[in-house]
Amino acid sequence: MNHWLTAPILIPLLGGILQIFMGYAPISLRRTLALGTTVLMLVSAIVLLIMANDGSYRIYAFGNWQPPFGIVLVLDRLAALMLIMTAILAFLCHLFSIGGADEGNRQFHGLFLFQLMGLNIAFLTGDLFNLFVAFEVLLIASYGLLMHGGGTVRTVPGLHYVVLNLIGSAVFLISVGMIYSVTGTLNMADLAVKVPQVSGEGLNIVKAGGMMLLVVFGLKAAILPLCFWLPRAYSKATAPVAALFAVMTKVGIYAILRVYLLIFGDDAGKLANLGMDWLFPIALATLAMGVIGALGSGTLKTLVAWQVIISVGTLLAPIALGSEAGLSAALFYLLSTTWTVGGLFLVSQLVANQRGSVKDRIVTAPKMHSRTFLSVLFLVGAVAAAGLPPLSGFFGKVLILKSVESGAEMAWLWSILLLGSFLTLIAYSRAGSIVFWRTVDGHLEKKDPLNGRVSVAAGALTALAIVMVVLAGPIMNYTDATAAQLHNSDAYIEILQTPMVGEDS
Amino acid sequence: MELVFALVIGALTASGVYLILRARTFPVVVGLTLLSYGVNLFLFASGRLATGQQPIIGTAGSYSDPLPQALVLTAIVIGFAMTAFVVVLSLRNLADNEDDHVDGKQPYKTPAPEEESEVNGK
Repeated sequence: MNHWLTAPILIPLLGGILQIFMGYAPISLRRTLALGTTVLMLVSAIVLLIMANDGSYRIYAFGNWQPPFGIVLVLDRLAALMLIMTAILAFLCHLFSIGGADEGNRQFHGLFLFQLMGLNIAFLTGDLFNLFVAFEVLLIASYGLLMHGGGTVRTVPGLHYVVLNLIGSAVFLISVGMIYSVTGTLNMADLAVKVPQVSGEGLNIVKAGGMMLLVVFGLKAAILPLCFWLPRAYSKATAPVAALFAVMTKVGIYAILRVYLLIFGDDAGKLANLGMDWLFPIALATLAMGVIGALGSGTLKTLVAWQVIISVGTLLAPIALGSEAGLSAALFYLLSTTWTVGGLFLVSQLVANQRGSVKDRIVTAPKMHSRTFLSVLFLVGAVAAAGLPPLSGFFGKVLILKSVESGAEMAWLWSILLLGSFLTLIAYSRAGSIVFWRTVDGHLEKKDPLNGRVSVAAGALTALAIVMVVLAGPIMNYTDATAAQLHNSDAYIEILQTPMVGEDS
Repeated sequence: MELVFALVIGALTASGVYLILRARTFPVVVGLTLLSYGVNLFLFASGRLATGQQPIIGTAGSYSDPLPQALVLTAIVIGFAMTAFVVVLSLRNLADNEDDHVDGKQPYKTPAPEEESEVNGK
């Protein structure tokens, strides 16, 4: 039992409840408290990262119920990595949002913190049904956040997003029911024990349940047939919300990593590596689709939204192949791409604010204010996203390319990833040169000047691509160890034997 | 009992899916509700159907599994909240776009039916 594990859930929960009751308090007080909550969460994520770095599993059993009978929180390297990634992104997005984007809705900070709570539950939970609950918590907060801000442009994408996710929840419940009806458990460690023993009629039911789970996680991660809701919804959302949503697709990827490596991993007998032979071609098709979308996008935010889909495809291809080196590379790229995409969303919003009525559309316009600063940020973000040296996206992609063993898969992955990167580069250079260089004569009213908070937040998030290169050694050691830990599912199963408090062992 | 139960779940799910594929928000909301009913019954059945049994292992030969009931309860609560939200969102869509089409507006104008003038008596 380790009570620290509840900290990343309790901190945003309590902070969010506080925000609900002080909707009419002065905005400066609400902002201070909300940002303080996010900072505390960041501190707790750092503490958990240090704890997880020794490679052991820590559990927190709710109500002191021995797993598999009670719900457990499990901390391992992967969970800690996702927590710290989310906490850093959330802190910078929150800093950006108090630069003005949180006005117009008294519950913005509460929703933001509840969203973080849902994300943290999803990363920490060791129970499949609890994962469903976590998805619902983060989704209902995200519905509210997506609709935040004035105007009617968000209604239709928001409606599509909500309806799709409700259908996704229904499918999730059906697959959970199917798996439970055969195995009689929903604890992930216990499932990893029970699934290999399934035989006879039950095998097909578990198989169908597992494949339907892949559909649900695929919807969250936005893989190809289920990705068309994303660009419209993300490009219409307020910038800090869209940047935070960069981590939402990664929740789907995290769930795929967790469930399919642990429950349907190499040791799962007849169900070993379920669905992974489907995932590889779908991932490559997603990558190709994202590149096509990026080339055809008419606004900066749409371009970045398609970049989210490109990164999902890039991440899932090595995960589907499942080698240890590939997983480590994918985790490195995961960190890099999440922060970069978040930073690009923020930069696009700043560009839109400086261009008057043209907003972030990729058309010629009068010269914008603060052009040098914004163009440098966009350059750094675009270089990191397209995967050019010397920034972190390049190292992530090189690691992914190197991790593939030679064969047909290597040919497919190398050709699509490299061609895709090249075309992404064209999309970014086209957008950047039109927006920043090709200006017409005219004068723009200086309505919304840059302030310190938004500049620092956008700058810091973009600069993480440089920080990741400087710290590439330690980060790679960590991701290597995470990949090794993920492949050793026997150690995870041992959490079932953890003694409870007050138990003689 | 199993056959009737399975048929009911099937009918609810099929109607739900049919309605979700409609182009207006009201049928979509009703379809989502029906789908969640079907899912809840399905979850309930995953603990096997038994009547008049104890929910404790070891006290009798067969038992009634209490866990799916807890799962269904959670799913009902969440489904209810989500349905309330999607109703509000549909109304907002109707108010913003003056149309309850799921895409905000119809992709093309359907020709007005001819007998309308007779009905209105003009």
